[in-house]
Amino acid sequence: MPKVHVQTRINGEEIDFLCETRQSLLEILRDELGLTGTKEGCSNGNCGACSVLLDGVLVDSCLVLAVETAGKDVSTIEGLATPSQLHPLQQKFLEHAALQCGICTPGFIMAAKALLAKNPKPTEHEVRYWLAGNLCRCTGYDKIIRAVLDAAAVMEKA
Amino acid sequence: MQAFDYIAAQTLDEAVSLLAAKGDQARVLAGGTDLIVQLREGRRRLELVVDVKKIPDVNVLSYDTRNGLTLGAAVPCHRVYGDVTIARAYPGLMDAFTLVGGTQIQGRASVGGNLCNSSPAADTIPTLIAHQATCVIAGPGGRRELPVEQFCTAPGRNVLGNGEFLVALRLPAPGPRFGARYLRFIPRNEMDIAVVGVGSALTLGDDGATVTAARIALGAVAPTPLLVNEAGAALVGKPISDATIAQAAAAAQAAARPISDMRGTADQRRHLVGVLTRRTLQGAIARARGETVSHA
Repeated sequence: MPKVHVQTRINGEEIDFLCETRQSLLEILRDELGLTGTKEGCSNGNCGACSVLLDGVLVDSCLVLAVETAGKDVSTIEGLATPSQLHPLQQKFLEHAALQCGICTPGFIMAAKALLAKNPKPTEHEVRYWLAGNLCRCTGYDKIIRAVLDAAAVMEKA
Repeated sequence: MQAFDYIAAQTLDEAVSLLAAKGDQARVLAGGTDLIVQLREGRRRLELVVDVKKIPDVNVLSYDTRNGLTLGAAVPCHRVYGDVTIARAYPGLMDAFTLVGGTQIQGRASVGGNLCNSSPAADTIPTLIAHQATCVIAGPGGRRELPVEQFCTAPGRNVLGNGEFLVALRLPAPGPRFGARYLRFIPRNEMDIAVVGVGSALTLGDDGATVTAARIALGAVAPTPLLVNEAGAALVGKPISDATIAQAAAAAQAAARPISDMRGTADQRRHLVGVLTRRTLQGAIARARGETVSHA
């Protein structure tokens, strides 16, 4: 099958890639563009490990065809930190030990970023509800929730 | 995943002719949260995927108190409940739209897609039926419109013929003293498929006590979502009381044709139909009286 030329913007940078129409955004990010920060978990929309923002909306990149991203803005975990500084969410995940194996972490952080963009001061209940589509099988969720709430407090002050 | 052609149709006519030419070898892509999973798991094989999200008609989201709600078939759930005016006008719809999958799914999944996937357990369908929603369908013969309760024909099947696809859903504006509520039973708090779902909507008379119209629809207790006319009829023209609500619940239970499967037994489902019919009616009555009932 011939490949399709797609022009998109990833983490603020204009990107061109070739893909097969059957390939997911997740596959292209990881296998073609080398952006392996986005993880593959279940590949059927249950676990949230592959969460990215598409035009600012939180989605599972395993359930987006790469061809659908033409002309769109994609944000991945690689776009969060600067060379000198982690994003407050990343910093707080470290401080609260909110990760163990780390596979779910980029998805949680992207989901939390989307939440805080919409709702800078979420309640614990709102954080738990928003993150229900992200699964973690190591730490349990309490540390993750505390990290997100703490990051929200830090970002509110900044 | 299998290989397929992908075309992002720009107009309704283009989508219709693409779909008509490929028959059952083509399928519409909106949010993809069902279709992409089905393709990846080999449950569906296609030659052509027609992305309809570039067609203006399927992205319409408009509401006013005269014409009611027009909900384009590809509008994702988050856009609907993110619209404060619409969320306030239709809390009984939002009950269901806010619990279709988690945040990531709601960023993509459309209500129209939930209907076209035609699962007997789909959360949005009973509440659409209760709200008297109609389907606007485009096809080779032009447009047609039919009530949502006539759309599904069997698990995973619906009335869409060759070349046809769902363009939008249309709902009347809620009148004075209208209230609606959707509830489902699942064995956990979030993120599961309904064991039973019930959508109820009713209108109260000027006295705030007599029911002048009522519609009750059930999910996951038959091969398709069911509108139970007898349950609504048990309420209409009567003052609200525990006895009339119990009669409506009994009528809903009588209409249910549940099966036993991994999610629950037929007996449990029939029991749940009674409980949820009662609770959704109580919620709908509270909303009809202007009280706030939270979604969760």
